[in-house]
Amino acid sequence: MSFKIAPSPHGHNQRTTSEMMRWVCYALVPGVLLQSYFFGPGVWFQITLAVATAVLAEMACTVARERPAFSALRDNTAIVTAILLAISIPSLAPWWVIVIGTLFAIVVVKHVYGGMGQNLFNPAMAGYVLLLISFPVQMTNWLPASTISEHSLTLWQTLHTILFEYTPAGYSVEQLRAGIDGVTMATPLDTIKTELTRGYTLTEIYQGPEFSYFAGAGWQWINLGFLVGGLLLIQQRIISWHIPLGFLAGLCLPAFIAHIFAPDLMPGPIVHALSGATMLGAFFIATDPVSAATSNRGRVIFALLIGFIVFVIRSWGGYPDAVAFAVLLANMCVPLIDRYTRPVVYGHGD
Amino acid sequence: MSDVKTVNRDFNTDIIGQFPGGVHPPERKQPASSRPIRRLPLPAELILPVRQHIGPSGKVLVEVGDRVDKGQRLTEAGLSQGLPLHAPTSGIIAAIEERPTAHASGLPEQAIVIHPDGEERWGNKHALPDYHDVEISRLLELVQEAGIAGLGGAGFPTAQKLAQQKPLKHLIINGVECEPYIAADDRLMQEYADDIIAGTRILQYITRCDSVLFAIEDNKPEAIKAIAAAIDDDTQIKLKVVPTKYPSGGEKQLIELLTGHQVPSGKLPMDIGLLMQNVGTAYAVKRAIIHGEPLLERVVTLTGEALEQRGNVWALLGTPIQHLLDESGFNPEKKQRIIMGGPMMGFTLPSTEVPVIKTTNCILAPTDHELPAPGPELACIRCGACSDVCPATLQPQQLQWLAKAKDYDELEKHHLFDCIECGACAYVCPSEIPLVHYYRKAKAEVRNIAREKAKAEQARKRFEARQERLEREKQERLERHRKAAEERKKMQQEKASRPDSKTDSGDEKPAGKSAAVAAAIARAKAKKAAQAAKDNADEDSSAKGNES
Repeated sequence: MSFKIAPSPHGHNQRTTSEMMRWVCYALVPGVLLQSYFFGPGVWFQITLAVATAVLAEMACTVARERPAFSALRDNTAIVTAILLAISIPSLAPWWVIVIGTLFAIVVVKHVYGGMGQNLFNPAMAGYVLLLISFPVQMTNWLPASTISEHSLTLWQTLHTILFEYTPAGYSVEQLRAGIDGVTMATPLDTIKTELTRGYTLTEIYQGPEFSYFAGAGWQWINLGFLVGGLLLIQQRIISWHIPLGFLAGLCLPAFIAHIFAPDLMPGPIVHALSGATMLGAFFIATDPVSAATSNRGRVIFALLIGFIVFVIRSWGGYPDAVAFAVLLANMCVPLIDRYTRPVVYGHGD
Repeated sequence: MSDVKTVNRDFNTDIIGQFPGGVHPPERKQPASSRPIRRLPLPAELILPVRQHIGPSGKVLVEVGDRVDKGQRLTEAGLSQGLPLHAPTSGIIAAIEERPTAHASGLPEQAIVIHPDGEERWGNKHALPDYHDVEISRLLELVQEAGIAGLGGAGFPTAQKLAQQKPLKHLIINGVECEPYIAADDRLMQEYADDIIAGTRILQYITRCDSVLFAIEDNKPEAIKAIAAAIDDDTQIKLKVVPTKYPSGGEKQLIELLTGHQVPSGKLPMDIGLLMQNVGTAYAVKRAIIHGEPLLERVVTLTGEALEQRGNVWALLGTPIQHLLDESGFNPEKKQRIIMGGPMMGFTLPSTEVPVIKTTNCILAPTDHELPAPGPELACIRCGACSDVCPATLQPQQLQWLAKAKDYDELEKHHLFDCIECGACAYVCPSEIPLVHYYRKAKAEVRNIAREKAKAEQARKRFEARQERLEREKQERLERHRKAAEERKKMQQEKASRPDSKTDSGDEKPAGKSAAVAAAIARAKAKKAAQAAKDNADEDSSAKGNES
């Protein structure tokens, strides 16, 4: 009889890439649930649209690159990219925003560079930055958290707004953002930035309706949701602790020092940690292995850099949040970091 | 279990170093490690490849039809790195022909085929119960003549390893056996601890080491107990129990574990005063010196769920794998894999007609359920899991990219040749990339390129030397022609000048006339000669043009 020939090793006991990506999706669930609670069901429509676009784009690209249509889908990475982008944008953003962003992420950032594993930049974040620069209005139209909002939309109203940019009753997203006093409400980070320039102190700013407990209303819970999911990923050994911890340290340590010197002008580490996309970025975005540094030492440097850039842009930059920019800037540094953190090979020491 | 813990507490006190990376695949040493080593009935034929290990093959000393005794020498050891081969049992030489061998390629090689007669008739044995009076060089000869090769790894001739003249600090006896499934050394230690320690003492005597470190992994409590009892109160042999982790039995890894030192790249353990031998080798050395028995058999683990009777057997060298499988209740499934060696580093056999050789420690016939065949290879996501487990702290993902890009210069800069091919990287790779396979291919390519380069260099030198020779010859020829022409010219001139001398004697007129004629003839001849010389030279150079 003939026997099967195979190269060693003959066993394999690690989770496959596809399974790892599935776990990333599962770990996103707590954060996304909280997000849909605080910002309405729009996020589910965005996710659906993004995933559908990503799958079709991925198939089209693989066919165009003369590979079997389903071969690239097997690893589930396109789905993860799509979900990450969908939850990063305002839940009522018009449908074409997420479609353009996802297409750009999959087609240009991923496949033009050679597909899975070859991209220099984190596809979701590159897509996000493209959208933020191209459509600043749509991309900053975050609703106030439902707990402090005047309006709450039904499923149908949400879908209608995403598709036609107005609620069935004819309200624009801009109008929906108005608070009780009729003044448009911004995200907590945005509020801090604009109010500080208007001469208010943080103590005063925190009195506003956008803030409660530790940080921004709604946002803090969503961040905690992503923290829980992220810890699950570490516990499941899908990601290692190096990047999340590096990210948080790079952000919170400078924030802490700055806060001590200027408590009324510089938000403290907890506000930073629980605002914007901090936890999502630390556990789900910066940990994308393809565009991160490869050695553990390199990863810590990479993550510290991201955290620090986030701190700098939030404190002095033109944008209220900066995870996407920070990740892309750190992506550019990866070849350099990898070069200088190459481990010493056995027998080549001293 | 309490026994294990006590043993660990007693012996596990001073592991000095640790090595990075490593994996913990399911050990699956049971039931092989708890079943006594069996003896199988003799197979119908024994196939002994003349070349059993690295190095050239020896000269065959027997002919078809010869009756041979057990232990009779069949081949003369070649020059360097060769080892003699012996008849594992008495019988008749049935054939000397090409047979498939135990190599991943399964390519046929010259082999001596013996039909055992079942008498197990020993030839002469030169037992040497007390070796202390014997010259070390004589002991080395005996080890060499017994055909002993390292039974743990690549099968390097033991005597040559022992004969290296460098001062050694430690002799390390490797009983780690870190590959999953394999329990051949484990069982040998359990059942033949005294013989192994006796062999260890011979090895220590030969190498004049200060002390011996005897390393066993902590998942072999019975072997640890047996060896500890055999060492008894010998203070020169230190038992070191190392934590279970693959590949702690790798030579370089074990050295780092026991001494905290690394073997510098491109060097050998002996360069840092260490020598490592496998427990099976120590046992074989004892049999060879004390009993005068050459290496004829070895312990082979037969395991995997496709076998009903799993365990260890004493297999004569040359036993066809099919015979071992037949004796173990082999139920092959569809697309059955037969692995020689363990699941991490073993290779699949294309046929079961290949024989057991000196380095065959395990035959693994797994079901697809217990060792699933890898799925389709996905793209590398640079997750770095491979770097985390690499015991040589290489960057396997980087090597993989470079290997696929065929960037051989960069591969060498990334130290491809420090890869020990342990397979830990491929074992953890979530994209199921057969990494080791890529490295092996790249290594072969790099070696090929180096060989081609050397060949091209040689050809270039040869060509240049030839060009030089041709040029030299041409110059010499031209010189010869030139000289010949001059010579002729001179002669002509002399001839021409002779009548002139006659004129001195008087008769001027006719002489003057004949001299003018002679001079004209001489001129014409000289011109002709010069033309001929020139033609010749032209012909030469054009002929050369054709040649080159």
